[in-house]
Parts: sequence; C-alpha cells; structure tokens
Amino acid sequence: MLMPVVPTSLGRLIARLPSAPPSLAFSLAANRLLWPALQTLDWQPLAGRRYAIRVKDLGLSLRFAVGQRGFAPDSGAPDLTISATARDFLLLLARREDPDTLFFSRRLVSEGDTELGLIVKNLLDALDPDAVLQRLPAPLARAAQRLMAA
Amino acid sequence: MPLDLICPAGSLVSLKTAIDHGADAVYMGFRDNTNARAFPGLNFDEAQAAEGLRYAHERGRRVLLALNTYPQSDTWQRWTGAVDRAAKLGIDAVILADPGLMRYAVRQYPQLRLHLSVQGSATSYEAVNFYREHFGIQRAVLPRVLSLPQVENVVKHTDVEIELFGFGGLCVMVEGRCLLSSYCTGESPNSAGVCSPPKAVQWMDTPTGLESRLNGVLLDRYGKNEKAGYPTLCKGRFEVGGETYYAIEEPTSLNTLDLLPEMLKIGIAAIKIEGRQRSPAYVAQVTKVWRAAIDAVKENAAGFKPTPAWQAELNKLSEGQSHTLGAYHRPWK
Repeated sequence: MLMPVVPTSLGRLIARLPSAPPSLAFSLAANRLLWPALQTLDWQPLAGRRYAIRVKDLGLSLRFAVGQRGFAPDSGAPDLTISATARDFLLLLARREDPDTLFFSRRLVSEGDTELGLIVKNLLDALDPDAVLQRLPAPLARAAQRLMAA
Repeated sequence: MPLDLICPAGSLVSLKTAIDHGADAVYMGFRDNTNARAFPGLNFDEAQAAEGLRYAHERGRRVLLALNTYPQSDTWQRWTGAVDRAAKLGIDAVILADPGLMRYAVRQYPQLRLHLSVQGSATSYEAVNFYREHFGIQRAVLPRVLSLPQVENVVKHTDVEIELFGFGGLCVMVEGRCLLSSYCTGESPNSAGVCSPPKAVQWMDTPTGLESRLNGVLLDRYGKNEKAGYPTLCKGRFEVGGETYYAIEEPTSLNTLDLLPEMLKIGIAAIKIEGRQRSPAYVAQVTKVWRAAIDAVKENAAGFKPTPAWQAELNKLSEGQSHTLGAYHRPWK
C-alpha cells in the first residue's frame, strides 16, 4: 500500500502559494528529470498546446506547454486539464493503474480537448518502461522501480 | 488448444505486456480507420508491428490483426493495402468483417489465415459456414447476443473454430450494423472505426455533476459518487416519457469467469479480452487474472471456481456499475 506522498501540513502550505512559482518549478524539474525520457517522443504535432495538471489534495495547479526543447511554464488558458490526487498521479506514472480505470471511478477528471487528452495518453503509453528507467537519473529510477514493484 | 487467451494490444508496450503476462495471442490494429479502435495515437505502424511480431514469435505466441471496419468504395485501397501489409509482415491471422475484403485476401494470399470478426455479425452456423465455404475462414468471433446453449449449437454444426468475448466493456451489440453515433456525429463506427470520435466528445465538471456531450448532445450527467462510463450514445441517460434513465442500455462490463468450465466443455477455441483502447496497466492486470483462471479450469474443470481476488481485480477495471454474464447465461431458459 502506498502512503500519501506529501504530509497534510505541507500540502496546506503548498496550497497557499501562488500558481506561477510551482509551474516554473515543475517545468524546471520535469526538464531535468523527465525530459531525457520524454524527448524521444514526437511532440511536434502538439506544439503550442497548453496543459494544466491539478493535484487536488495539494491544491496545486501546474500549467505548462511541451515544445521541442521540453517543458515551459505557461499562464494561458489550458487546452487540457487533468485532475487527480498526488497518489493517483504517481500510480499512473508507475503504470500501476490504467487511466480509464481511474476515470470510471471518478478519481481522474479530464477537461477540455478530449482528443488532445487521448493523444497525450497514447503517446505516454507507447513509452517503453525499460528505456524510460535507463534515461531517468539514477535515484529517481530506483524510486520508480520501487513504486512499480510495490 | 482450446481456450486460447487473446489479449488486446493498443501499443507495442501493451503487446509485450500481454505476452509477458501469459497471453497466447494478441490482437492489434494499424494506425488508421481500418480497425474498430481508430483512436489518435493508438495502434501500430509497420515497424512497430514487425517488432511486435518478432517479440511474440520468439516466445511462441501469435499476433492477430483486426481489419474489421467496412471499406468505402473511394478508399478501398486503404483496406486492401492493409491486407497486403499484413501478409508481408507475416501476421498470424487477419480478423475481417467485409466479404469483399475477404475475397481480396483469399485471392491474393491463399495462405493468409482469416478470422471472421464480431463485426461480421454471424450468429448462426449457417452464416459461419457460408464464410467458411466462400472464403475459407478458420475462426469466427461470435457476437455477444447468443446464450451458451445457442453457442454450443453453432459449435456442433461447424468445423470453424469459435472465439467468444470473455471480458470487457459491453455495447448494444448490434455489431457491424450500429449507426447510433452517426446520429450525433455523422460518422458510424463501422466505417470510421470508433463509436464516439474524440474530437466530438466533451467532458465538463459542473455544479450539478460531470457532464459528457457528443457533438453538443448531452449523453449523461454523473452524480458525485457515480461511476462514469465511456461517452457513447448507447450508454447515455435520456428523458423518455418524463423519466430520465438508461433508455438504451446501462453501462456494464462482461465478465464470464464463472462460465469457463462450460466454455471448455463445449469446445470454445479462444477467449477474447476487450480493450485495445486501454493502457498497459489494464492489459497486465486483466491478462494475469485470465491466464490464471484458464490454467485452473484446464487443470480441474469440475472443481473450478473463480477466486474472490480475481473477481475483485476485474471489478476494479470495469466500466459501469456492474458485471454481467451477458446473454451467455439465461437461467430462465
């Protein structure tokens, strides 16, 4: 069983922060940690599309676009908004849960451009997990392997 | 071997996942509307299909290709081109619905194994045998409208292998002939390859509930704790005669684990798992359960009973409020 990812007190603190710094921090972290794996995908057809990830239990809204050079924070109206808890996002990342399963049980909400949502989902599903693990920084790869095997 | 496990592969990762978890065969589609799961970004290009075939064949498993939409005359070459590619790649069988395409396949590639898709909607042994006589089909996937005694009657009167759906989302089951979504979108699944084209689907969280719309038509409004379903017209709730309810059908999932001993007894060749649109996590979970169940029933059919753990795992994955044995089980008959 997975524990909550962030203690509640920290969650309450994060929720009080404005959204721009977390979006910037997220993009910087994602570029450093995830982009080496994600850049193998074809993002060209999705250039200029804006995303928002809402981490419900943390009150976080992360807004960004993904271009040829990676993640960039963005403050415009998102084309696609995905909402779930931190734990469920982690389960999705670790491929422990199927997005449709979470969607049926209302743990995941997708709003905006449905087609864009499916394209992104199918793009990420096509990532070979072994290749991803090889491209992640070592400590993150170890954490991901633990999560996938939990 | 009876009761081969046929699992869905929407991507190369899903294909490998299904094989690693014990699928005897996987089924997939090319990246266009030649198959009935034509979602953007899903399915296989030629290089991925070749890699999938290599992976499966090295492990003694098979790869089937769904070419089960109906070609239109102005794009006929897209479908014949897909048959050509399948033959060239060495696909183990193509799953077809259109008789014209079957004729093309059997004339051009007499060695290519043909399966009749559920989209072909053959429900009697006369229909199945017709496809056998004219096109040499070796297996038929039966529509999910027959009871098991009716299925048994088909099996007894044909030497075509019979494949049944075992698990996954159900629809109104007017397979190959359903035009419901074209009422809203102008596109029918039979030629466009998808019931609700994603570009026409809209989800919106509103104060009164989560709303799904297809080209602006309200399909459903889910209350706070209600399970959601796929945004298809057949599963919507509509106001009819002053009452709002599932006027066509309630979203449910088929789960036939309980019927495995009977399916084994009547000689079902293969069990198909629905869900090429789902992610690798689903493929892993569902393949694991069905592999264990099929192994168990083959070892001891008389003592076979699905475990609560299997049922819980499958329930979690399913669309809608409930599981059903579908038309297979009609105790009142």
